[in-house]
Amino acid sequence: MSTKHSIAAEKFLQNGERVTRHDQTFWSVRTKRDTLAYELDEWENLREAADKIKKHTVTHLADYLEQFEQNATRNGGIVHWAKDAEEYNQIVLKILRQHEVKKVVKSKSMLTEECHLNDHLFKQGIDVVETDLGERILQLMELAPSHIVMPAIHITREQVAECFRQKGIIAEHGTHAAEGILPTGEDPNQSSDPTFLTRAARYHLRDNFMTAECGMTGANFGIAETGDIVVCTNEGNADMSTSVPKLHIVSMGIEKLIPNYEAMGVFQRLLARHGTGQATTVYTSHFRGPRPGGEMHIILVDNGRSSILGNEEHWQTLKCMRCGACMNTCPVYRRTGGYSYTYFIPGPIGINLGMLKNADENYHNLSACSLCCSCDNVCPVKVDLSTQIYRWRQNLDGMHHADAMKKAMSKGMKVIFEHPNLYTSSLKFAPLVNAMPKCLTGIKLNGWTYGHEMPVFAKKSFHEIWKKQLRSESV
Amino acid sequence: MQYDRKMKIGLFVPCYVDALYPEVGVATYKLLRSLGVGVEYPESQTCCGQPMGNAGFQNMADNLAQKYDELFSTYEYVVAPSASCAAYVRFFHPHILNHECAAAKKTLDLVEFLHDVLKVDHLPSKFPHKVSLHNSCHGVRELGLSSPSERNVPRFNKIRDLLNLVEGITILEPERVDECCGFGGMFSVEEPAVSTRMGTEKLKRHMATGAEYITGPDSSCLMHMQGIAKKQNLPIKFIHVAEILSAGL
Repeated sequence: MSTKHSIAAEKFLQNGERVTRHDQTFWSVRTKRDTLAYELDEWENLREAADKIKKHTVTHLADYLEQFEQNATRNGGIVHWAKDAEEYNQIVLKILRQHEVKKVVKSKSMLTEECHLNDHLFKQGIDVVETDLGERILQLMELAPSHIVMPAIHITREQVAECFRQKGIIAEHGTHAAEGILPTGEDPNQSSDPTFLTRAARYHLRDNFMTAECGMTGANFGIAETGDIVVCTNEGNADMSTSVPKLHIVSMGIEKLIPNYEAMGVFQRLLARHGTGQATTVYTSHFRGPRPGGEMHIILVDNGRSSILGNEEHWQTLKCMRCGACMNTCPVYRRTGGYSYTYFIPGPIGINLGMLKNADENYHNLSACSLCCSCDNVCPVKVDLSTQIYRWRQNLDGMHHADAMKKAMSKGMKVIFEHPNLYTSSLKFAPLVNAMPKCLTGIKLNGWTYGHEMPVFAKKSFHEIWKKQLRSESV
Repeated sequence: MQYDRKMKIGLFVPCYVDALYPEVGVATYKLLRSLGVGVEYPESQTCCGQPMGNAGFQNMADNLAQKYDELFSTYEYVVAPSASCAAYVRFFHPHILNHECAAAKKTLDLVEFLHDVLKVDHLPSKFPHKVSLHNSCHGVRELGLSSPSERNVPRFNKIRDLLNLVEGITILEPERVDECCGFGGMFSVEEPAVSTRMGTEKLKRHMATGAEYITGPDSSCLMHMQGIAKKQNLPIKFIHVAEILSAGL
């Protein structure tokens, strides 16, 4: 009885120290979020409002998308529609080719991960430089994000230093970056000082900002009433990416739309508080049209979203604004890391989105949930994440992905529990199990004995005590 | 305090409590009787179906849900000394059967029943020990036995309120007051490595309070932590809330 997740998780858990670090890092983000939540009397009202706004918007999506397109076009933007990842990648390539772009600087966008844009562009000879520090580290290490907001938080600074050395960043920028940061005489090649490393990364990225011909951003929000794009970052890299190159390409999933700035006020207050435990991100950038003499393209991507909208049981996942709070609170995510999941978005929302994307590949993640329901209570837009995971589990049998042993155990329980006489006689014999040798009850197939001793059956069940003793006194 | 002595409740003792922790059922019975409540125990009861549901076989629990409704629908209340089972009955049975269930609506966990219905404000029990309170997930987040730590709502804890009526008790709570212990039914056998890690951490946080006992309204979480504590020889004892509230009866 195991899934790809449970196998990967067991491996991750072998390094106890790493698990502790991973867990504590994300728990501290959860704690910061709580502190901010308790400071706002209107917290639960904000969540309520966010839930209603998103429900309203996604159920009136066609209207809002048209309104958005009209306004964005009026602002001088060029709006494209992509039905899937392939079409999206082609649109990007076409725009880049038209402008003879050789290098793109890109601020963080999970949508581009979803569509595998970077690989597509590399194959066409176009260089893509991630400019979010975490994303850049991962790109240099050739790794995928293990969290959607803090993608490289599982990497230690020693690993970052090693990577920067290998990639020549320290050789190129180390001396400059060390000035005033590292004590005189300290070898930049030996240092893993975070300020020093960040500075080296800044110089490295600055060169790329200056030489790229195109800046790409994602979109945290699209505002239908004005045609604006809102991007929230802590590093200002979205602004840098769009300040030097004249060409700006925005990639936005169609569910990122909200009606107006009144709604934006609600989400602005929720996003960073949930995502990183900050009252706001350091930069909240509003883009309305191209820079003078430049072009701004907005690609609206469906890639399965409209079919999710038609899914009665799971459409509410479209409310998600990718804050990552459900991962930070998930006791399983915190202890198993992002790479234990088969989908690129881990944690409770990733379990659900993975199933919607490709159930045959991603059903393995459904085991990664103890149904503690903490995610439901942190979610700023009230996606019923745990209920949805429960529902997916009910569908596994029909998809021929049910675990054979779990099914057999459930069938066995069904037979015993549906026949009270059989049940009570089983109760009578159950204590015999206590006397069974450990080698029988502790067989490897039994996941329980991995970390537990077997529970001890009572000599007399409650049923028996009731019949022999309590029944007569209760009258 | 005078209770309505005509009140008769149906007692639901979930399958694993029946087989492994009958003393919890007995404690619940004695406690309710001492408060003047009539208690009936329909003898053909077995299980609420949650183990199958959480494993993904809710369809195998339909007859159990139906049977539960038939057995318990005539009672004014159905009381179960298990928050998770009470929550499953109340919130999932109507979905399984696709209709409202009279019995499910009236099913309460023991803590809810004592706190919200009987509004118990004194108890003759004594328990001169330090206990660490285990706020189990379904108790907190489905039944609302305490305020979930994730939410900005006024802080409350119904279990603590009741335990406070017990003479001599010292009530402590672990750090990360309502983080999951990692039981989760079949989760504990399908993801044993994570489940054990979660349980071990939870145990350590409970033990760090200096408590002699871990107590809670769910024997399932206690069973999980007890299994791990035994395997690791950790010196901590386990006791269900019902046993403390009825101590000395």
